[in-house]
Amino acid sequence: MHSIIKVQDLGKTYDSGFTALNNISLEIKRGEIFALLGPNGAGKTTLISIICGIARATSGNVLADGFDIVLNYREAREKIGLVPQELTNDAFESVWSTVNFSRGLFGKAPDKAYIEKILRQLSLWDKRNAKMRELSGGMKRRVMIAKALSHEPDILFLDEPTAGVDVELRRDMWEMVRELRESGVTIILTTHYIEEAEEMADRIGVIRKGEIILVEEKSALMDKLGKKTLSIHLQCNLNAIPSELSAFNLTLDQEGSYLHFSYDSTESDRVAELLAQLNTLEIGIKDLNSSESSLEDIFVDLVKEA
Amino acid sequence: MNFYAIRAIYKFEMARTFRTLMQSIASPVLSTSLYFIVFGTAIGSRMGDIDGVSYAAFIIPGLVMLSLLSESISNASFGIFFPKFSGTIYEVLSAPVSPFEIVAGYVGAAASKSILLGLLILLTARLFVDYTILHPIWMLVFLALTAVTFSLFGFIIGIWADDFQKLQVIPLMVITPLTFLGGAFYSINMLPDLWQTISLFNPVVYLVSGFRWAFYGVADVNIGLSLGMTGLFMLTCLATIGWIFRTGYRIRS
Repeated sequence: MHSIIKVQDLGKTYDSGFTALNNISLEIKRGEIFALLGPNGAGKTTLISIICGIARATSGNVLADGFDIVLNYREAREKIGLVPQELTNDAFESVWSTVNFSRGLFGKAPDKAYIEKILRQLSLWDKRNAKMRELSGGMKRRVMIAKALSHEPDILFLDEPTAGVDVELRRDMWEMVRELRESGVTIILTTHYIEEAEEMADRIGVIRKGEIILVEEKSALMDKLGKKTLSIHLQCNLNAIPSELSAFNLTLDQEGSYLHFSYDSTESDRVAELLAQLNTLEIGIKDLNSSESSLEDIFVDLVKEA
Repeated sequence: MNFYAIRAIYKFEMARTFRTLMQSIASPVLSTSLYFIVFGTAIGSRMGDIDGVSYAAFIIPGLVMLSLLSESISNASFGIFFPKFSGTIYEVLSAPVSPFEIVAGYVGAAASKSILLGLLILLTARLFVDYTILHPIWMLVFLALTAVTFSLFGFIIGIWADDFQKLQVIPLMVITPLTFLGGAFYSINMLPDLWQTISLFNPVVYLVSGFRWAFYGVADVNIGLSLGMTGLFMLTCLATIGWIFRTGYRIRS
């Protein structure tokens, strides 16, 4: 699968001297859902803004479906739809006119049937004559998506798409994003909700202080960086961890009734070693419980590392 | 050329005008009509002719210019300022449109509104004052040229302004005084020599003079000079807009 977005050595330093992006290189594969994670101020929105043409890069370049976003900006931008983080809208415009405006702006001939189709898909058809100011936050978010899809883009950027929307709508949006991917649209989303990335993304990129610190298949990332914990409920309380177990990464709870063994998901054979050692030391086991770290834990670990 | 984009912006802006008909059209027509009644019919009837033209008729081109300038600036500046203010400018910036197409959409709509307004004011003036138009084609040329030029100027103000006060400051503090002092209500030949010379530095003098020439065949300055100065101001505005898009000044970080 070849890349649909190719970011090469992209840098952005604002007039204030603040460097938002520091020689970022990144490739997005055609047809994937790519989640870009990062703490506030990491450079996510700046990166998206440059790719979409809203901001200018200080250095480097970006190709969208093979077109340079500066030299061939028309061809590049025709491919891209953007749903920005902020719910910006023309308060006095109707849903119908604002979505049609977007289609025209992107150089497409009017197509009422297509606009009707996306409004129906997004459950907006009944609201087509409503003014934007009359809509709820969730509905406005849907309109933003309809506007971004109005010119039939191949690439869709969703900048914090579910910020401030309720759980039900969030799940509806996840479903919609999956359907879009099924129709061949490549989706790049930034999110604060790790659950969102965990739920939807094929690959995950982590950006910190303007640098991409990791790009990985989600499942590989979970395998590689995921931590597992085995909690051992002991038959008899211990006062301290026996020295024979010092080779294992163990902690003992305050009452001495639980031993917690932390290990990487790649070293699961160590569990058997630990259990054998406990058996040798005649430490009885009442119960076992294992848990795996979530993407959120992995993310927190990654961005913590200076 | 992305004609669909130009049309989309143009339609969007014109729709805003028709949504706010009272403010966009009715209000300036009414306020200019009041000028016709007060200065034209009431006071004007007690004043002598200027260059062989009755005072009431003499002030018509100047009053049309006054509305044309302020409305062109106001329409164009608000048209581009509001998307910046509300954040919807992201869509224009991320669309496959060239600076020319953006300007054509916004400035085209603003100039269309102003021309429509100018013609409506002329029609309304007919209710109060009897006037002639000796050179109707030139009248339309001056009307269109001025509307486009000052819409370009308004577009620059809309980009420059980062709050509502700045949006108003140039039209109110600069354009209105220049228009009042630009021969809208008098011929600059009526001024002492020193003030005549100073008036020639006022660009509005050339607009009003040229426009009045199209009506009555009399002008304070040469018609060619009027056209040249208007054209020069338009080129200056175009060059400034070119610089704005090249550098991204206040629109693209």
